[in-house]
Amino acid sequence: MSEREWPLYEVFVRGKRGLNHVHVGSLHAADDDMAVRHARDVYTRRNEGVSIWVVRSDAITASSPDEKDPLFAPSGDKVYRHPTFYTIPDDVPHM
Amino acid sequence: MTTSDATGMESRELQEQFDAIIARNDRIEPRDWMPEGYRKTLVRQVAQHAHSEIIGMQPEGNWITRAPSLRRKAILLAKVQDEAGHGLYLYSACETLGASRGELTQKLLDGTQKYSSIFNYPTLSYADVGTIGWLVDGAAICNQVPLCRTSFGPYGRAMIRICKEESFHQRQGYELLMTMMRGTDEQRAMVQESVDRFWWPALMMFGPPDAESPNTAQSMAWGIKRNTNDDLRQRFVDMTVPQAEALGVTLPDPDLRWNDERGAHDFGQPDWDDFMQVVKGNGPCNAQRIAHRRKAHDDGAWVREAATAFAARTSEVAG
Repeated sequence: MSEREWPLYEVFVRGKRGLNHVHVGSLHAADDDMAVRHARDVYTRRNEGVSIWVVRSDAITASSPDEKDPLFAPSGDKVYRHPTFYTIPDDVPHM
Repeated sequence: MTTSDATGMESRELQEQFDAIIARNDRIEPRDWMPEGYRKTLVRQVAQHAHSEIIGMQPEGNWITRAPSLRRKAILLAKVQDEAGHGLYLYSACETLGASRGELTQKLLDGTQKYSSIFNYPTLSYADVGTIGWLVDGAAICNQVPLCRTSFGPYGRAMIRICKEESFHQRQGYELLMTMMRGTDEQRAMVQESVDRFWWPALMMFGPPDAESPNTAQSMAWGIKRNTNDDLRQRFVDMTVPQAEALGVTLPDPDLRWNDERGAHDFGQPDWDDFMQVVKGNGPCNAQRIAHRRKAHDDGAWVREAATAFAARTSEVAG
């Protein structure tokens, strides 16, 4: 088989107005328009979405997969960024 | 793929990290380091699963043009389209493990990767459409619900989508059979005959008995499988018996009876020699299923070529 494989696309679907687009999977398509059509048929057969984004998988830049990655270190030791860091007396209302 | 060089970590440390993720029941994601055996086992399992969905379109597709009403035809079309969709979710999950779609397609066509043996049985009557929904999709649901918690993220997420849709498949099948059971004696006989043919193959869908399933222990240790074959088979039998009673059909197993002590049904064993024959390619429809798949693939070649040529030309014009 000498056929060239169609490029891979990642698919993002907005479930309903007011929600973010969420990654749902991937698919192959010859071009962008076909990717949107295929995404409709594969990922929204039961009203799962009101809007679809597709993007070529090779156009995505990702962080390293390692959860201990130093990329996330800056947020690791800053507990004072969370509201629970601060002790407020129980009788102070609306806080 | 991440290598020990890229992260500067020793392979022992990578293995420990992997083991820790599995131990705390967390998910492995595509770009994580994973043992080669884990990757291979998953590629084999997910590919076989995807191929089963694709081949699984054929037995029921056989009845689309002969569905008895427009309502039944629309339902059957939607169901077969779902099977195609399920195949695509699973191919997509399999590709995150580094397998290419072309390669997977080729391996189905040349027989180096398998699909579920259940699809090598013919659909001889319209009642089979109902029986497949009830028993075959019912067994599939039993297998697949625990797989929603499988340790490989993309596989689990695909299973969640699939399980939601399988519920429609099972219910439409059961409803179809209920309708036939309310019909004539001839229709009731058709349902019983169909159940007689599919009962044992449905039990075989869970795979060989645990004692003869050498890979189960490793798959469970890796969190790929969550239950043994025999556990799932038992669960399926216990779920199905009351459904059969409500329907008014007899399950063709003289040894099937409630065991008060175990709080479960005792039941007979399928003919495992027959199972092995079908797995080896000697089932009633193996050759036909693959020949049909090859023809569909070849007949679609011009469409794939035309779309590729069109995409190339449009990007030239735009570029």
